Amino acid sequence: MHSRKPFYILVALLFLAGVAASIYRGIEHNVPFLPGKQVQSWAVDAKVSFQGVGEAAEVTFSLPSDPAFEILVENATSPGYGLTIADDEFGRHATWSTRNAIGQQDLYYKVTLVPTGKNEIQANSEPAQPEPFSWPATEKAAAEQIMDEIWSRSATNLSFAQQLNKSFNATERSQNIELLLSGNSPASLFVNMLNSKGIPAQKVSVLFLEDQRRRQQLTTFVEVYHQGQWILFNPADGTQGRPANLMIWDRTGKSTLDVVGGVNSQVNFSMLQDTRSALATSIDVLKNKDALDFSLYQLPLEEQSLFKGILLIPIGVLMVVFLRVIIGIKTSGTFMPVLIALAFIQTTLLTGLIGFLLIVAFGLMIRSYLSELNLLLISRISAVIIVVIGIIGLFTLISYKFGLSEGLTITFFPMIILAWTIERMSILWEEEGAKEVVVQGGGSLFVATLAYLAMSAAWVQHWVFNFLGIHLVILAVVLLMGQYTGYKLLELRRFRPLAGE
Amino acid sequence: MLFARPKTLKDNGVLGMNKRNIDFIGRYNPRKYYKRVDDKLTTKQLALANDIAVPALIGTVTQQHDIAHIPEMVNNQDGFVIKPSQGSGGKGILVITKVENGRYFKPNGNEVTPSEIDRHVSNILSGLFSLGGKPDVAIVEGLIQFDPVFDGYSFEGVPDIRLIVFKGFPVMGMLRLSTAASDGKANLHQGAVGVGLDIATGKGLHAVQFDRPIELHPDTDKRLIDIAVPHWDTLLHTASKAYEMSELGYLGTDMVLDQKLGPLLLELNARPGLAIQIANGQGILPRLKHVEQMKNKSMSVEERVAYAKKHFSNTSVA
Repeated sequence: MHSRKPFYILVALLFLAGVAASIYRGIEHNVPFLPGKQVQSWAVDAKVSFQGVGEAAEVTFSLPSDPAFEILVENATSPGYGLTIADDEFGRHATWSTRNAIGQQDLYYKVTLVPTGKNEIQANSEPAQPEPFSWPATEKAAAEQIMDEIWSRSATNLSFAQQLNKSFNATERSQNIELLLSGNSPASLFVNMLNSKGIPAQKVSVLFLEDQRRRQQLTTFVEVYHQGQWILFNPADGTQGRPANLMIWDRTGKSTLDVVGGVNSQVNFSMLQDTRSALATSIDVLKNKDALDFSLYQLPLEEQSLFKGILLIPIGVLMVVFLRVIIGIKTSGTFMPVLIALAFIQTTLLTGLIGFLLIVAFGLMIRSYLSELNLLLISRISAVIIVVIGIIGLFTLISYKFGLSEGLTITFFPMIILAWTIERMSILWEEEGAKEVVVQGGGSLFVATLAYLAMSAAWVQHWVFNFLGIHLVILAVVLLMGQYTGYKLLELRRFRPLAGE
Repeated sequence: MLFARPKTLKDNGVLGMNKRNIDFIGRYNPRKYYKRVDDKLTTKQLALANDIAVPALIGTVTQQHDIAHIPEMVNNQDGFVIKPSQGSGGKGILVITKVENGRYFKPNGNEVTPSEIDRHVSNILSGLFSLGGKPDVAIVEGLIQFDPVFDGYSFEGVPDIRLIVFKGFPVMGMLRLSTAASDGKANLHQGAVGVGLDIATGKGLHAVQFDRPIELHPDTDKRLIDIAVPHWDTLLHTASKAYEMSELGYLGTDMVLDQKLGPLLLELNARPGLAIQIANGQGILPRLKHVEQMKNKSMSVEERVAYAKKHFSNTSVA
């Protein structure tokens, strides 16, 4: 006897691979574990406007790049302008260009964003030591005094930045700070002071996301490097960290909007919060990343819906294996219940059961006539198939005439299966009587109903299609059940006389 | 209590379906030998080659147009049996006990018209009763004149003796008696009575119908435990021989007692059912384990039968 060890290792591997693939899909691709889950998304419109001066104009506009938000869709509308979207050493930006711009010009950029939950800004590499800022003579003394004083009260770069930011926004500001702020913006002053102490820091342009807000402007924040991360500071109010509704638009530290050949340029933002299906969102995100190369989502919709049906079969099969191996229910025909259950999915359970019983009952009546004709088996079955088609046609027509739209779904029953069922039932009737027909037919319908209930659950349908790893788990379970040598549940009843009671 | 505890069943050595399939049939019955038992015509030919007595072969029908020859085939017979060569579970067996001027009668006295016989044979040829619907052959066999020793024990049908043979050792046996409820058939699930038999003596041990213990035959009220199967040693030897003939380790042998010819091998089964345990009122697993632990001692048929009688008897073993 050879060892079962490789088998169990295979089962364990299949199981682990399936679970791991499903978890990876859920966490890495953000595919929701439950169906019908919704996520918030933001639609942000940026309107760039300027006055053309009658010559060639070129507008360069920074585009958002924030690890906390995934770009789902972006597009720009600008009739009469050429447009390029590039990602180079100046960051991601759009460039509109035209030969001749006169009067009011409006350019639009729309983007749909989904929060990713990655709120920390990781630095790709250690930033270079910044050049110390050369202070103007009028400010030098005041600035150095403040820096030295705060430097002595701080322990690290981060605490220096914190203390500095606090002192800018204290209720009783020192005269030195008042003096410096009268000639500088808080953000510039903050960055300059940090850089003078050799601390990497830069300005970032951020947008506060609020539902249904219009005519919003970018705000300037400062990010300070600290141990592999960039920490956000708001020099205007002395706070540290990223507010929940904040989105970073531009981190290059350069100007967000550059217009050549125009005057009075400005950019306004309006935004709208939206709820969309979490699943559709993650599929869109995958599409943007070109991660769909080998995935069912890239199939045409028709094939996708076909696969949604096919991928349910393992669930039905699992159900049949379980009911036969572990419970011990007998079914007529191994996988006939799965096929009936697939038909139930199209017809819904009650209509399906009634339709099935009607067709089989009518089929049996006609079959009893055929049996008197002494036909060969093949031609008899063929005749039954044709008759079944006739019955289905008749029922469909009758239910249509009576306005019962449920009756129309009867066409989904697999006809060959029905014909074979009728033939088997008929033989069973002749050999063992009507009671056995009811028992065996009922058993098959019972298993089909359970398989249907398992296959029609919304979360099951969601899982089998979106987490293909689940099929490896099912395979592992089916293999494992194939090795089950214990008693079936119904055997515990059958062998009760042997339990010595 | 509706369900027995799995632990109790295990302690009593009851073999379950899954364990039977995996640990015995899967392990000891090589797939390539299945044809020897699944095809009754092959079994018959093998048995004849091995000097094992079988019911007389009247003829076979292999083609639809040969069906017309059946009347002349059975012309001189008192009765006959038509069965599919590859049938299972007793399906498709038609028993005619009386032929009178071209009219056919079943054991219960009902007449069967020639056209019904034609259709039945046609169904057999089309594979209606065979596993997987393969085209089949119909076998026409002589009727067994069953031994009157079972008179009063069986209702309308032929009582048959089932022995489970494991690696050539007869390990457990039972007698199957048809009843009114089973419509003359010897299948326990259809209501036939099963009587567990002592391996050493062939005497009745315990009897069940529909998996429940009974004492008296439901139709004739005879005490079932009093049964003693004659020709017991021949039955054991025939069963044991079937192992060499089929090369299947886990085998069910079905035999009948003919008044004149004695024990006849009816058919072999590579997947014998588990009801024999209920009929015997005990699990089969300890006996199977016993044989399994003997390793591969090569023993003759006589030695195996003697060994089985010594070790698997209820009268000698407590």
